Formats: sequence, structure tokens, C-alpha cells
Amino acid sequence: MEFQFDLNTIWFMLIGVLLTGYAILDGFDLGVGALHLFVKDDLERRIMINSIGPVWDGNEVWLVTGGGALFAAFPHVYATVFSGFYIALILLLFGLIFRAIAIEFRSKQPMKWWRQMWDVAFSVSSILIALLMGVALGNIITGIPIDAEKEFAGNFFTLISPYTLLVGITTVALFMMHGSIYVVMKTEGELQKKIRSWVNNNIIFFVICYVTTTMYTLIYYPHMVQHFKDAPWLFIIAVLNMLAIANIPREIFHGRDFRAFLSSCASIVALLALFAVGLFPNIVLSNPNPEYSLTIYNAASSQKTLNIMLIVAIIGIPFVLAYTVSIYWIFRGKVKIDTMSY
Amino acid sequence: MDVEILSRIQFAFTIAFHYIYPPLSIGLGVLLVIMEGMYLKTGNKLYEQMTKFWVKIFALTFAMGVASGIVMEFEFGTNWATYSRFVGDVFGSALAAEGIFAFFLESGFLAVLVFGWNKVSPKMHFFSTIMVSFGSMLSAVWIVVANSWQQTPAGYHIVGEGINARAEITDFWEMVFNPSSMERLSHVLSGAWLAGAFLVLSVSAYYLLRNKHIEFAKSSFKIALGLALFASLFQLFTGHKSAVGISKTQPAKLAAFEAHSDSSGVGDLYLFGWVNDQQQEVKLGFKIPGMLSYLVHGDSKKPLTGLNAFKPEDRPPVNIVFQSYHIMVAIGFGLIALSLIGIYMLWRGKLFEKRWLLWIFVFSVLGPQIANQLGWISAEVGRQPWIVYNLLRTSEALSKVVTANQVWFSLILFTLVYFLLFILFIYLLNEKIKHGPEGAENIPSEYEHQKAALERN
Repeated sequence: MEFQFDLNTIWFMLIGVLLTGYAILDGFDLGVGALHLFVKDDLERRIMINSIGPVWDGNEVWLVTGGGALFAAFPHVYATVFSGFYIALILLLFGLIFRAIAIEFRSKQPMKWWRQMWDVAFSVSSILIALLMGVALGNIITGIPIDAEKEFAGNFFTLISPYTLLVGITTVALFMMHGSIYVVMKTEGELQKKIRSWVNNNIIFFVICYVTTTMYTLIYYPHMVQHFKDAPWLFIIAVLNMLAIANIPREIFHGRDFRAFLSSCASIVALLALFAVGLFPNIVLSNPNPEYSLTIYNAASSQKTLNIMLIVAIIGIPFVLAYTVSIYWIFRGKVKIDTMSY
Repeated sequence: MDVEILSRIQFAFTIAFHYIYPPLSIGLGVLLVIMEGMYLKTGNKLYEQMTKFWVKIFALTFAMGVASGIVMEFEFGTNWATYSRFVGDVFGSALAAEGIFAFFLESGFLAVLVFGWNKVSPKMHFFSTIMVSFGSMLSAVWIVVANSWQQTPAGYHIVGEGINARAEITDFWEMVFNPSSMERLSHVLSGAWLAGAFLVLSVSAYYLLRNKHIEFAKSSFKIALGLALFASLFQLFTGHKSAVGISKTQPAKLAAFEAHSDSSGVGDLYLFGWVNDQQQEVKLGFKIPGMLSYLVHGDSKKPLTGLNAFKPEDRPPVNIVFQSYHIMVAIGFGLIALSLIGIYMLWRGKLFEKRWLLWIFVFSVLGPQIANQLGWISAEVGRQPWIVYNLLRTSEALSKVVTANQVWFSLILFTLVYFLLFILFIYLLNEKIKHGPEGAENIPSEYEHQKAALERN
């Protein structure tokens, strides 16, 4: 496949950027959710939730905008995947609803059963969301049955396989690692000490999952590495990925929590870059009929619309970055609970 | 039931549930800007107390809006995939613009609005309040533009044939400023301002009746009453503009509003009535002859396009459109009357003594909510059988691979979960209202105890 830097490629990359932004940002707050029940004390749980309090909603906007951009730029992908993954998508939606509501409602009442109920809802939904995202990603790698009319030709169980579940669990592990580093950064005292001691376990859990997934992919889904064979310099991404992961325990050991967090972000970027390079120029692989795959060309909107949307993105992105940076700057530092907190 | 009817029910149910909250956020947002602006200008602590209290209510409605809103964005793809393929080039653009221009703005500044009281200067906080309010209206802009394009498509051409046909943009600005978008946007926004204003009026009237937080309630009431008067009158104006626009762009819908069937006859205006959907005639109605023609053409003798100008399969169901439209209009006039009486009594200095009037205000919160829902029912059911007017039928817009069982599964889940959410929403809203604003008379809350405990550690 000849590489052409055209509008379709730019939109493939822009949607990749949006989803990577989502994975980095919502990734840590999903991770905080996954770790939530391991913290037992009520006040500590409140600190966990409030560490993501001002930002989780904005983080989720990356997903919402990613979905909107997918709809606009590659409507066939949006239509095929969302209708084909119907049950999985509905479960994901309920995860997102319950998570939002759990964060909002948990600390509004003092009753123990009330808080326990929302704590479980928050944690389970966070894990479910991460798992389903990973399973979806896994299905994109393995390919899904698509017919000549660009319609999904499987069912819910087509989507569940050992490999897709493995990618799901790897995603959960990745976000737990990412989230634990974030919590270390945002807390102090006893709670911080406790979470700090979990970081290494989370890294080990993630690395085991990651290595297994990588081997599985290389053996059974070698189409994902074709571009790396054709253009060996792309292997730099894999090296950077490894270095970023290896750097995390080092920074944690030296107590440089922010740099550990940046390393974790870098490893997510590299991971998704590996995925995107492997996939390009397909967006959804058709398996067993590769000729029906949805690509950045046959699934795209018109050139005119891609062009208009690019102008929209060029105007919008500086604002988005400015908001994001300001919010994280305003709410920098350790979490403090006050009357307006969750 | 088949996939089509189930998907229709599910979409109607989820969008109706969602639409309880964004109008409240938009309306409250405007009031927050006024309240906090007054605080910055006068330095009066009362306005700060007001802002902080209504911010908490705002945050609750906003969270509900976000949680139920994500569903909407996904549901186009899950249940209406054929529609998504057909309109993605056009509709998707507006949706993506909403995300990039409005959602990021709202969510970013919302964090400062709710959590940033001690983190930023008062001016920066006020700026954030303005931005959140602006952002919430901006998201209304894009979603109403997208929906209006479905009502009155413009700036597009159709490419491909049969199942591969789809609409593609030819002129972005023509698509954005399609014939109905500005009229409908102003109508939607003033409906949202009414929703926010009457929520504040209702809660304030309740406090006054219960003799609680008197100063707080009086101030809140006055500010909200101002917005209510403006928005209810503006609503009449935008509603009239919309109806005149519809007479040109979607004559079948206007004909359904008034059950006007004969194209050679003048349009009558019904005050009320009941439409027999088989014969499409009004029974038991009371009409002003020729009034509809007068409102549309300025001439009560001029004939108006009726339902019989359309093939039976191209007509919307008439009675439901007729009823929802008429009740909406009636509520709209009711809200104008209530606002005028309130202003008159305020001017006479007797408003806060009239307990009967305060009780009406307590229940008035339902008015804009019901009218907003009915307005959308008139607009959307009135567009049927089309999902994109004259281009794509709703029955042809479904996802081809989704089965009835799957939609049953999601519909039952949505029903259960939304029922639970609604109860929780009302419960927490009630708790917040009972708790009232934080002030000198309030004992330190449980949160402050915890904060103190945290600081001791």
C-alpha cells in the first residue's frame, strides 16, 4: 500500500489523536475507578474520587468528540461498528452512565450503604468500560465479519474470543498502572504511601499482559506487523514504548511522580501508535473477506467535508489544548476536600 | 413488535429523558451569570450565596445531561445505521463541531465553576461561569442546526443511488444557516431559559411559602422573574416566526398542527379540538375561522396548503401533532400570563404576600418542561414519515443488522435505568432544596467536619 499524505490519512491520524487523548486522560481516571475498592477508608475513597473530580468529565469529552469525528469523517465505520457491536455498545453506555452518576451521587448522602453502593458502581463500571474498549480494540486487530454491503455479519459472541478478552484485560491493566501513578501524584501521607507500594505490582501485571498480547499478535495476527517489515525505522516506536514502560519504576523509585506519569502517558501514545501503524490504511478489517474491509477511502465522507472538518479542527484544537492545560494547571497539586467537593 | 417500532420508541424515550436536563442547564446558566455578575458588582454576600446554591443545582442537572447525552450520540449509529451512512457527511460534521467547540468549553470551565472557588480569582471564576453558560448555548446551536437540516435540508447534494445514496455537503454555511435553523434555535433557547427561570421561581416560591431563606428567595425570585418575562414573550415571537417558516418549508407539518386538510380552503385556527386520524377531521373543536391563513399570509381569505395536497403515505399522524402543538401553545400563553401577573404584583409590592400566586409558581416548574417536550414532539412527529424531510424515510433509516431482541434488551435496560436515575435525580434535588443555601444560619455541614478532620491529620 502506497502511503499518501491526503485528507483521509490526516483524518485517520486526527481520530487517532482524539482517541489517544482519550486513552491518556480518561485512562487514568478509569484506572482510579478500577483501584477504588482496594482503598477501604471512606475519606480516602473521597480523595480518590476527588483526585479526578474536576477533570473526569472533560476527559470523557475526548471520547464524545472522537465519536462525533468518526461519524463525520468515516460514517461507514461509525454505522457498521456501532450497529454491529450493538450489545457491547449498550453495555458500554450503561457503564458510562453509571460511572458518571456514581461520581456525582456518591458523596451526596452520608449513609454507609449509599456510599458502598455507588463505590461498587463506580469501580465496576470503570473496569467494564476499560474491558469493553479493549475488547473492541482486539476485534479491530483480529478483524470482524463484514459483508459486501459494509454490514457486520456476526453476532455478540463473534466479538468474544480469548484474544479479544486478553486485549481487554491488558487495557484494564494499563489503565490501572496509569491510574495508580496519577493517584500517587495527587495524594499525600498514608494514602500516597499505600498506593505507591501498588504501582510496581500494577506495572508487573501490565507487562505480563502486554508481553502475552504481543506474542499472541505476532503469532496469530502477523498482518499487524507488515508495515514494520516494510519500513524498519518504524521499529523506533516499539523501542520508545519499551523505554517508556521501563522508565516508570525508575522514576517512581526516585520519587519523581510527575515524570513517572509522563512516562506512562508516553507508553500509551506509543502503544496506540503501534496499533495505528499496524492497521493503516484499514480502519476495520474484514475477516474472512479482507476485500470488504472498511478503509480510510471506502468508508470516508466526501473530500469537501473532510476539508471543512479539517478547518473546524484547526480552529478548535488550540482552544481544546488551552482549556485542557489550564484546567490541569488550575487544579494542580494535592487533593483537598472542601464543601464543593464530591 | 418489530425493530422499527422498538427503535422509534427507544429513541423517543431516550431523547425525551435527555431533554429534561439540558434546558435546565442552559436556563440556570444564564441566571448564574446574572447572579455572580451582581455579586461582583455589588459585593453583596447574598448574591454569592445565591450563586453557590444554584451552582450545585446546575451541577446536578449538568451531570444528568452528560450521562443521558452520551447515549444520544451513540444511538444514531447503533439503531439508525442506514441514516448514519446517509447523513454522516452532513450531520456528523455538526455533531463533531459541537464536540470540539462546545463540549470541551463547557466541561473545562464547569470544573472551575464548581470546584474552583478557592483556586482562581473572583473575576476568573465569573469568566468561567460566562463560558459555561456560553458553551451550553453553543451546544444547543450545533445540535439544533443538525436537527434543522433534517427538517429543511440545504447546502447538500445527493451522491450515489439506491442503498449507496448519501447526502454530501456542497456549502457548509448554507447547511448551517438552513431555512429553519435560526428560527428553531431561538425558539429552543428561549424554551430553555424558561425551564431554568421557572425552576428558580418554583424553589424560591416554596421557600417563601415555608418562611425559609427569605432574603435569598426574594432576590432569586426577582432575577428569575425578569428572565421569565423576557423569555416567555420572546417565545411567542420566535414561535410565530417558526410557524410562518414551517408554512413555507414543511407545509404538511403546519397542516397537521391545525389539522387543516383542504388545500383550497382557508386555514382555521383551533383553540382546542380532537382529530379523527382516519378522516383527518376535527371533532369537538373550537375554531377561529381563517385565523391561520391570517397569521401565515396576513390575509384571512387566502387558501392554505392542506393535508390533502400530500399522498396519504407522506402525511404525519395528525392527532398527536395537533394535541402536542396546541397544549404547548396553551402553556406558552399561560407562562406569559403568569410572568405578567408576577411582575404586576411585584410592582404593587404585594407579590410575596399572595400565597395562592406563590403556590402557582411552585408548580409552574412543570410548565416549560411539558411545553419543551411537546414542542419537540410536534416538530419530530410532524416531520414523519421522513427522518430527513423529503429525502429519507424513518422506516428506511434503521440499522440492518440489529434484531428486535437486541432492541428489546436495550429498551428494557434503558427503561429500568432511567427510571432509577429519575428517582435519584428528584431525591437529590429535593435534598438540596430542603438543605437550602449555605449561610450563617446553617450549622457546618458534614463535609466541613471531614475537612477539619483531614487537616488535623
